[in-house]
Amino acid sequence: MIRKIFVIFAIAGLIMMLLPLVVNFEYKDSLNELSSQYVRGSIDDLKSQNVVTSVIVSYRGLDTLGEVTVLFLATAGVGFLLKHKKNKNSLRKASELLQTSSSFLVALIILFGIYIFVHGHLTPGGGFQGGVIIASAFLLMILSDINLKFNHLILHLVESFSGAFYVVVGLIGLLLGIGFLNINIVPLGNFGQLFSAGAIPIVYSLIGLKVGAELTAILNTMGGEQ
Amino acid sequence: MIFSLILGFILLILGISMMLTRNNLIKIVIGFSIMDTGIHLIIVSIGYIRNRTAPIIDAAVNIKDATSQVVDPIPSALVLTAIVIGLAVTAVMLSFIVEMYKKTKSLSIDDYQELKW
Repeated sequence: MIRKIFVIFAIAGLIMMLLPLVVNFEYKDSLNELSSQYVRGSIDDLKSQNVVTSVIVSYRGLDTLGEVTVLFLATAGVGFLLKHKKNKNSLRKASELLQTSSSFLVALIILFGIYIFVHGHLTPGGGFQGGVIIASAFLLMILSDINLKFNHLILHLVESFSGAFYVVVGLIGLLLGIGFLNINIVPLGNFGQLFSAGAIPIVYSLIGLKVGAELTAILNTMGGEQ
Repeated sequence: MIFSLILGFILLILGISMMLTRNNLIKIVIGFSIMDTGIHLIIVSIGYIRNRTAPIIDAAVNIKDATSQVVDPIPSALVLTAIVIGLAVTAVMLSFIVEMYKKTKSLSIDDYQELKW
């Protein structure tokens, strides 16, 4: 009883606290200084069409490296916690419809994921989104075949090498004397083309591979296979 | 949009009240996810500017005058980070719950007294 009253008070307090944020909300009518600098810099200095991508990969690149590390730690945590064997006899076999359509769709979905992360600097997309799409293709494979065994060595190799190369790309900038994770280590190219925006496509492809491999490993562990 | 701000506010309150009132561990994680979504909506709404387009400089935006035609890119970038971290945290929480269920065969939070004061 007392607990319920406390809960109600806590929620009411939260509503009281946050309501002014909604009621007194006013739209901004222009970008602030920092955002304008990011938009201009993305066009002039980085030649990247997608401003969000240039903020994530270049201006706040160190944040993204930390984010990838958090995702890696989560994968390691899930793999450490869920060490069990699934009782496969209790599972029903997937229907013929799912099996046939998944063998047709998996390649297409992986291709679409690769398209998303390669075009991260041109269209709304990027490494994380593309990686999740690739992992969804592998989820379809797991669903359609309960006895599927992934090659863990390849998963680990893809994950470790893409993560290591991401750091190496950052360190090359340090060696050239232009700063850690600077994307000017390769020629910038022309605005709006696939080979533009310096190292952003390289970094985002590495992130896409890493996220795809990590999420596949999470799905695989949650599916119960060692 | 003001609608997305109000929706985000409602989802935030719903998620927190769900986390506080439910007994089932899985439902607490679902409440966390709802709260997460609400916060993302609120952050994206803060960056919105009326009558402007997404911060992607393509044919819809004049390159010379880009800063007066796009919405704020920073909240979108922050939310992208937050979504990924939320996904990772949810995965770890769910695997903790699986492990706890195997030890005690209970999903009710009242059966876990170790950290209670």
